[in-house]
Amino acid sequence: MKDRLQELQSEALEKVKQSEDLKALQDVRVAYLGKKGPITEVLRGMGKLSKEERPVIGQLANDVRESIANAIQTKQDKLEEKAMEKQLEEESIDVTLPGRPVHVGGPHLLTSIIEEIEDLFIGMGFEIKEGPEVETDYYNFEALNLPKGHPARDMQDSFYITEELLLRTHTSPVQARTMKQKDGHEAVRMICPGKVYRRDTDDATHSHQFTQVEGLVVDENIKMSDLKGVLNAFAKQMFGSERDIRLRPSFFPFTEPSVEMDISCKMCGGEGCSVCKGTGWIEILGAGMVHPNVLEMAGYDPEIYSGFAFGMGPERIAMLKYGVDDIRHFYTNDIRFLKQYHKA
Amino acid sequence: MLVSLNWLKQYVDIENQSPEELAELITKTGIEVESIEPIAEQLHDVVVGHVLSCEQHPNADKLNLCQVDVGGETLQIICGAPNIAAGQKVAVAKPGAVLPGNFKIKKAKLRGVESNGMICSLQELGVDEKDIPKEFVDGIFVFQDEVEVGVNAIELLNLDDMIIELGLTPNRADCLSMLGVAYEVAAILDQPFTPQEEIIHPVQEKASDFISVHVEDPDLNPYYGAFIVKDVKIGPSPLWMRNRLIAAGVRPINNVVDITNYVLLEYGQPLHAFDLDRFETDEVVVRRAKEDETITTLDDQKRNLKPDHLVITNGKQPTAIAGVMGGADSEVHEGTSNILLEAAYFQPGAVRTASKDHGLRSEASTRFEKGVDPNRVVRAGVKACELLEQYANGKVLEGVVEFDQLDREPKKVDVTSSHINERLGTTISDEEIADILRRLQFGYEQKGELFTVTVPTRRGDVELFEDMLEEVARIYGYDNLPYTLPGGASQAGGLTLQQQLKRKVKNYLQGAGLDETITYSLTNAERAGQLVSREVKEQAAAPISLAMPMSEEHSHLRLSILPELLASLSYNVARKQTDLAYYELGTVFISEEEQVTVQPKEQLRLSGALTGNWLLHPWQQEKKAVDFFVVKGLVEGMAYLLDLKLTFKQSKLPDMHPGRTADVYLGGKVIGFIGQVHPKLQNDLDLKDTYVFELNAEELFDHYQKEEAFQAIPKYPSISRDIALVVEEQSAAGEIAETILQAGAPLVKDVRIFDVYQGEHLEEGKKSIAFNLFYMDPNRTLKDKEVEDAHEKILTAVKEKHQAELRG
Repeated sequence: MKDRLQELQSEALEKVKQSEDLKALQDVRVAYLGKKGPITEVLRGMGKLSKEERPVIGQLANDVRESIANAIQTKQDKLEEKAMEKQLEEESIDVTLPGRPVHVGGPHLLTSIIEEIEDLFIGMGFEIKEGPEVETDYYNFEALNLPKGHPARDMQDSFYITEELLLRTHTSPVQARTMKQKDGHEAVRMICPGKVYRRDTDDATHSHQFTQVEGLVVDENIKMSDLKGVLNAFAKQMFGSERDIRLRPSFFPFTEPSVEMDISCKMCGGEGCSVCKGTGWIEILGAGMVHPNVLEMAGYDPEIYSGFAFGMGPERIAMLKYGVDDIRHFYTNDIRFLKQYHKA
Repeated sequence: MLVSLNWLKQYVDIENQSPEELAELITKTGIEVESIEPIAEQLHDVVVGHVLSCEQHPNADKLNLCQVDVGGETLQIICGAPNIAAGQKVAVAKPGAVLPGNFKIKKAKLRGVESNGMICSLQELGVDEKDIPKEFVDGIFVFQDEVEVGVNAIELLNLDDMIIELGLTPNRADCLSMLGVAYEVAAILDQPFTPQEEIIHPVQEKASDFISVHVEDPDLNPYYGAFIVKDVKIGPSPLWMRNRLIAAGVRPINNVVDITNYVLLEYGQPLHAFDLDRFETDEVVVRRAKEDETITTLDDQKRNLKPDHLVITNGKQPTAIAGVMGGADSEVHEGTSNILLEAAYFQPGAVRTASKDHGLRSEASTRFEKGVDPNRVVRAGVKACELLEQYANGKVLEGVVEFDQLDREPKKVDVTSSHINERLGTTISDEEIADILRRLQFGYEQKGELFTVTVPTRRGDVELFEDMLEEVARIYGYDNLPYTLPGGASQAGGLTLQQQLKRKVKNYLQGAGLDETITYSLTNAERAGQLVSREVKEQAAAPISLAMPMSEEHSHLRLSILPELLASLSYNVARKQTDLAYYELGTVFISEEEQVTVQPKEQLRLSGALTGNWLLHPWQQEKKAVDFFVVKGLVEGMAYLLDLKLTFKQSKLPDMHPGRTADVYLGGKVIGFIGQVHPKLQNDLDLKDTYVFELNAEELFDHYQKEEAFQAIPKYPSISRDIALVVEEQSAAGEIAETILQAGAPLVKDVRIFDVYQGEHLEEGKKSIAFNLFYMDPNRTLKDKEVEDAHEKILTAVKEKHQAELRG
C-alpha cells in the first residue's frame, strides 16, 4: 500500500508537470484527488491493515494528497499568471497617441499682473478697494487738487458724459473716496486696481481704455522713506531682487513732493541700451507724498496726518516684463495672444 | 525745452561733466532729460573759405568754377549753388572731409574739370531744414559776419554743440528759459551763477512822448511795458545769435525778430515788436475783445475774437492777441525803422483760453500759460533794447511807458529741520539745509532750526512747506533717503468676500476651459443695447452716450458684455481660430434716466461666449460641438461652487434663438440668460453656432453663504429607484424633476434625468422621460414600505401637475 501511494504520488506529480493549461490541470486534480480517485481508493482499503500500520499509512496518504494538491496549486498559479501575461500583452496600446484633450483656459495677462500686484501688497497689509468707472468731476479732479480750469483737466483729454460726470481718467478717485469713507481719522493702507479711460486715439502705445493700480497710505507720521521702502519691496518682488530702484523728481497735482520711480534696466544691467534709451533705467511708476490740499479735502489734518500715493500701469508692466510690443493686443483678445500667457 | 550745452557753458561751468553725466544729474535732481544728441554729425575738415573768383564752368551752364582761399592754399572748386558769388565767405569741405550720410569729399573731375572740395549748404552740414534761415534754404550758406579765412567752420557754426532735451513738468516753467536752466544746473553742480546786468544807452527823447498805455482789465494784464526803439536797421542777426536760435530749434529771420526770440529763450519772457509807424495811433489799449471783433494775425489768418480773449489794440482795433500772436498790420518788416516793444505779464488763464480757442500754441503762449517771472518782465525788455542797440543800430528812447499793478513780492515759506526730517525720514542737519538753500540761491533767515525762506519769483511753483520739502529732498538726493516701511497700527489687509469670489469664479471658469478676455466698455450705439438681459433692460432707460465721443465705434457705454465678446470671437474666427470659449467679468452701466444727471448704477456681470468644438479628439472618434447644455453645465457647475440654486425658464429675447434661450432665475428673480445666439446675428458675425451666458455676478456673489459647519458623512446607504414618465412633448423636464423632489421630500434627496425618448411605441406628441431617484434618511436605513409610499405620492403629484403617466 505504501508503495502504491508513492507510485501514485510520483505519477500525479509527473502529470501535473506535464499539464500545459488550466483544463489539463483540472483533469489531474479530478483524477487523483477526486472522490473516486486512486488515493481515496487506497484509503478505503485501510480496513485490512493492522492497528499499527493504519496510522502510518493514513499519515502517508494525507502527505501524498497534500503534496499533489500543493503541486497543482503551484502549477495553477503559474498557468494563471501566464494567461494574464498573455492577455495583458494583447491589451498593449500605442502610448504615443495623443491623450483626450482637457480644455485649459487662463486668465487675461492684465488680470495676472494685477493679481500679482494685489497679492504683493496684501502681504504688506494693504486692502483692495474698488470704485465707480463713471465718476463725478469732484472725485476725479477737484478732490485731487485739480480745480476747475486746471490745465491738466482739459475736456479734450477726458470722456465726459455730462459736465459733472465722466469716465474716470485714473483710479485716484477711489483714493479720495476711501479717505472720505475713513472719515479723516482712520489710517488708510490700500491699493485700487481698475479700468480707466482717456480721450486718446488707439495706436501701438495709446489706448482709450487701460488699467491702473494706484496705492495710498495715510497715517500719522508717514515718511517719504516709507514710500521708498514700499516701492523697493514691490519692485524687487515684481521684477527681480537684482533690480535697483531710483526716485527722481516729477510733478503730479495730487502729490508733493512728486517722484517717478525707475528700475534698473534688465537688458543691460544699467549699462545703457536701446530698451532704456541709453540711460540704464526704465520708468515704472509715479508716486509722491499726498498733497496737503488732498488730505484736507478728505478731512485729514495735514498737520497730523501724512501719506504717500503711487500709481502704475499694468499694461506698461506687462509690456516691459514680457516684451509685448503693442498695447492694442490687450484688448483685441486674439486667442493666440491670450494663450501665450496661460502660464504667466 | 532744447538746451544747447555750448550756450549753457556761457553761464555755468559744466566742464567737469560729460554731457551724459550732466544729463543723469539733471534727471535725478530736477528735470527728466529726454535725450542728449549732438546738434549735427561730428565733422572735420570743414573750414571758412573766401571765394576769390567765380566763373561759369566751361562745359556746364549751371555750374560755376570757383577759386577759393581756404587759408594757406587756394582750391579750385566747382559749385552748382545759385547764390554763389565772388567775394563771399563760405563753408568749404576739403578733400578728406566726411559729410552727414557718409558722404566722402574727394578730389574729382566734373565735366572734365577738376574740383577739390565742396562749398556747403547748411543742410549738407547736417542742420535741420526747418531751422535754416530762409535765404539759405535753397543754396549754400554765406557768412554775413566778419570771419577769418581758414578757421574751423564747424565751431563757427556751432555744429559741435550737444543738445539736451528737457521734459518739463508743468511746475517747472522756470526752466523754459536758459537763465532758469542755468540756476538749476548751478544748484545741482554747486557752481556759482549770476546773470549779467542789462545795459542800455538811451537817447534824450522820451518814450512817453510817443506812446501811452491803458489797461482796462488789470486782472488779466497786471503789467504792460512799452519801449520805443528808433532808427533800427533790419538785417541779419549776428552769427552767435543765429547759432543759439538754431540750437534751440528756432529759425532765424532778421535781427529784430531774432532778438525778441533770443530774449524769450534766455529770459523766458515773450516780447512782441510792433512797427511803430504802422501802429496808427499813439496809444496802447489792452482790453477784452468785443463780440464779433476780428484780427488778421501774422500767419495771415483772419480770426474771430470773443470777450474771453485779451487783445492789444491801438485804441481802435486789435493789433495782437495778447500773449498769443501779433497782428499782420503792425508786423515788423524789411522797411521797419521804429519799433514799439512790448514786455508784459498776461494772466495765464487768459492766454490759455485764447491759444486753445485759436489752436495757436507758440513759444510765447506756452510761457505765458505757465506764468512768467514777474521780476524778469522789464529786464527782458531792457535786454532786447540792449541787443537792438548793438545789432540793429537801434536808438532806445528814455523810459518805459507802463501800466503796473504787478505783484513782484517773493513768497516766504517757513520750514524747520525737524519737520523736514520727520516727513522725509532723514537726519539732515541745519547746516545742510542752509547749504541747499545757498545752492538754490533762495534767500533765508535762520532762527535755530527755523528757516524763513524767501523764494525767488522765478520759482512760482514753490509756495508751501511741501514744495520746500521737495526742493530740499531733491538737492539732498532721493538716493540718500533710507528705505523704511510704514509704522503705525497695522491692518490685516486682504481681499473682501466679493473679491475672493471673483477670483474663485474666474479660476473655476478657466479650469473648465474658458479664456478670460478684457474688452472695451465703450462701444457703438447699436451694440451698447444688444443682448441685454431682461432685468437690465427693465432698469435702463437707454445706453449712456458720451458728450463728445472720439468715434462712433466708442460712443456708448455697454449694457451687456456679450456684443464685445461676440466681436472678439468673430475676430478670431476670421483668423481661422474656430474653437473658442471666452468669458469676461466686467462692469455694465445702467442709468434709469434718459438724460443722465446722476452716476449710473455699475453692475458687475459675468458673460461667456462659446463657439466651435467643445471637445475634439478625432482618433478616438470623439467630437462634440458646443451646445446649449455645455453652456448650461458650465453655469450649473458655477452655481454648485457657490452653493446657489439656479433655475432656467424658456424665454424669448431679441438676437437670441427663440427656441434655445432661457432666463436664469435666482431666488425668484431673473439674473441673466443663457442660450444660442440668433442664427441671423451669427451669420452677420460669420460665426457658427454660438452659445452664451450673461449673468449678474453681484447677485451670484451676494447670495453666496460660506458653508463652514461640518456635515456628517451619511452612514446609511441611499436607495435608488427609476421611473419613466410619459408626458406632453412641451413639458419641461426640470419642472417635473422639481415636482418629484417636492413630493418626495424629505426622503428623496436627488433626482437625475437619464433618458429622454420620443418616437416608436409612444403616442404622437408625447415623450418619455426617465428619472433616477435617490431616497435616503441620514439617521437610519429606509424600509421598502416607506420608499414605496413616497413613490406613490410622487406618482400622484406628477400626474396631477404634469399629466404624467407611468410608462408601462
